[in-house]
Amino acid sequence: MSLTTTLQMLSRGRFRARRRRRTTPMFRSAGFRFGILYAALFGLSALTLAAFLWWTTVGLLDRQTDAAINADTQGLAERYHEGGLPALIETIDQRLAANIDDNAIYLLVGPHFDRIAGNLNAWPHGVTMDTNWFELPVQRAGLTGVARLHEFNLPGGFHLLVGRDSHVRSQLRRLLTGALLWSAVVALALGTLGGALVRGAFRATVADVSATAAAIAAGDLSRRVRIAGTGDEFDLLAGAVNDMLDRILRLMDGVKQVSNAIAHDLRTPIARARTRLEDAAIHATTSEELHAAIDRAQVDLDGVVGVFQAILRIAEIEAGARRSAFVTFDLSALIADLAELYAAPAEDAGLRLDASIQYDISFYGDRDMIQQAVANLLDNAIKFSPPETAVQLSLAAGDEGLRIEVADRGPGIPEADLARATERFFRGEQARSTPGSGLGLALVQAVATLHGGTLTLADNAPGLRATLALPANGMNTAS
Amino acid sequence: MRILVVEDDKDVAGFVLKGLREAGHVVEHASNGRDGLFLAASESFDAIVLDRMLPGGIDGLRLLETLRSQNNHTPVLFLSALAQVDERVKGLKAGGDDYLTKPFSFAELLARVEGIARRGRGEGPVTRLAVADLEMDLLSRTVRRGGEKIDLQPREFRLLEYLMRHAGQVVTRTMLLEGVWDYHFDPQTNVIDVHVSRLRQKVDKPFPTPLIHTVRNAGYMLRAEAP
Repeated sequence: MSLTTTLQMLSRGRFRARRRRRTTPMFRSAGFRFGILYAALFGLSALTLAAFLWWTTVGLLDRQTDAAINADTQGLAERYHEGGLPALIETIDQRLAANIDDNAIYLLVGPHFDRIAGNLNAWPHGVTMDTNWFELPVQRAGLTGVARLHEFNLPGGFHLLVGRDSHVRSQLRRLLTGALLWSAVVALALGTLGGALVRGAFRATVADVSATAAAIAAGDLSRRVRIAGTGDEFDLLAGAVNDMLDRILRLMDGVKQVSNAIAHDLRTPIARARTRLEDAAIHATTSEELHAAIDRAQVDLDGVVGVFQAILRIAEIEAGARRSAFVTFDLSALIADLAELYAAPAEDAGLRLDASIQYDISFYGDRDMIQQAVANLLDNAIKFSPPETAVQLSLAAGDEGLRIEVADRGPGIPEADLARATERFFRGEQARSTPGSGLGLALVQAVATLHGGTLTLADNAPGLRATLALPANGMNTAS
Repeated sequence: MRILVVEDDKDVAGFVLKGLREAGHVVEHASNGRDGLFLAASESFDAIVLDRMLPGGIDGLRLLETLRSQNNHTPVLFLSALAQVDERVKGLKAGGDDYLTKPFSFAELLARVEGIARRGRGEGPVTRLAVADLEMDLLSRTVRRGGEKIDLQPREFRLLEYLMRHAGQVVTRTMLLEGVWDYHFDPQTNVIDVHVSRLRQKVDKPFPTPLIHTVRNAGYMLRAEAP
């Protein structure tokens, strides 16, 4: 055997061992327990049914026979009291003659057990004096059959045996026993099968959840628990697990984005500044060149600081720490001020800023944050608008709350990027070449969330329509 | 002006001291809270530049609170790496007059220190401002230059008022945004530059000598004579 095959076998063995450790021992498996429980319940109900069936058929027949024998015996005893032995013998003969079914058994014997009358040849063995009721095989007309017998002592040492041939009854009993045995076998089979099915279904459901969890633990975050669509408890569980996984994925994405950003968005300007300074240190011949390099490096580093401040501010907003700064303020005036502040740069860029502001709207929230959020939207709108177009800023109060809207006629954001546009450091294709950190909309989103509102980006055909929807009275109504 | 700098970071302190001295101020330095408190309490200063986190058991906040409890109202500019809004509010509540976060540009620091020092001197109510031939009447809200009336929008009036009140000082874009618009954030676009250039169109353009000057890497300055 070559070394490789040995290694392969070894590794295969190890793999198998690992697999075995993964599967639960049968008796500790919840699926197995559920299966057993199902089988036990099924068996118990089958048994109850069988017992009831037995009691109602065989038991009834038994009781009827006993009642008939009792009545017979009583009748015969009365005859004996009235007419003595001859009357009894006559009655026995009469009854035997009248017995069409040929199932009645009578035997009258003397004190020495010699037959006087009846259809049995001899006093059967096994009839003792201890009890009155017997279940014995009897010899009758050359045939052996089982009979139910009642022994009765008459005065003068005579013994009377009254009975019924239980041939039919034992046939029924045999039939029923057979049927019940078979049904027990079938019940056992069905119970086992049902148990196995229950166990299988349980395992399948749980196995999917645990396989998903295992896959995620192994790093495949895209896996989700399958939802059967029946809306049952397992679906609810699967839904909850999937929601949790989605949230985790979003958080992971956030962390990834920020680390990517630190790796790229912050490293690039730092590297550029460093290169400029180093280049100037080596190659600058005049102090002007040196100063120019230092100035540019300073601008790069200011950009880095700006990005840091924006990240920290978003984190601060997301942590909800800013709630302490909430006040009631005139939102209409704030928006009007912003419109005035941005009208000039818009005009300089060859744009028109159309403001439509509903007056006397007050709002409870963070004044500075709302200012910055709307300013970011206006910054973006002016930055991306082509000349000779209009940027629209509006504030309106409606039934569903307040809406601050900024719409432009720029390139907009492609459908595919709309959902991601508010992510930190996300920059669309056409935004790559423009200055900016990719944090503006992320901040607006964070501000919206802080105030219990939403930021919606939509196609303005053409352009972008950003809607900041806020609750009517700010967080006053919410808290 | 006599300025006290309480800052434990040698590089930052050296940079600030050098810059303030170059700007013509007399500067004292303390590198921990105890020395800082001792100097601030025993001598008279026009302004104090105070770091928040200091060695020596007394941090910037406690130093200032102690100082204010002794009825010392020397204007204080906080200079701190604690940049969160809550921290800023804490600093101002403790009695700080202004709050600047690290990293900072020296021009911004200088402008703000001179700003609070002047405010501290208590000019009293002013009804009329004048720089060279530019006059502003705060009661009738009119502006004249060389006797000629200049029509200004309300916001332009406030912008010019701010520049005239800080005449001869560097005024940064952030200071204008805070002082004129009451905004506490940095816009991405050059909104302030646009507004200043519009003001220039009305105040400087029709006249032979400009009064509003751009200070490179810092901001603007309103002053009578050319540099």
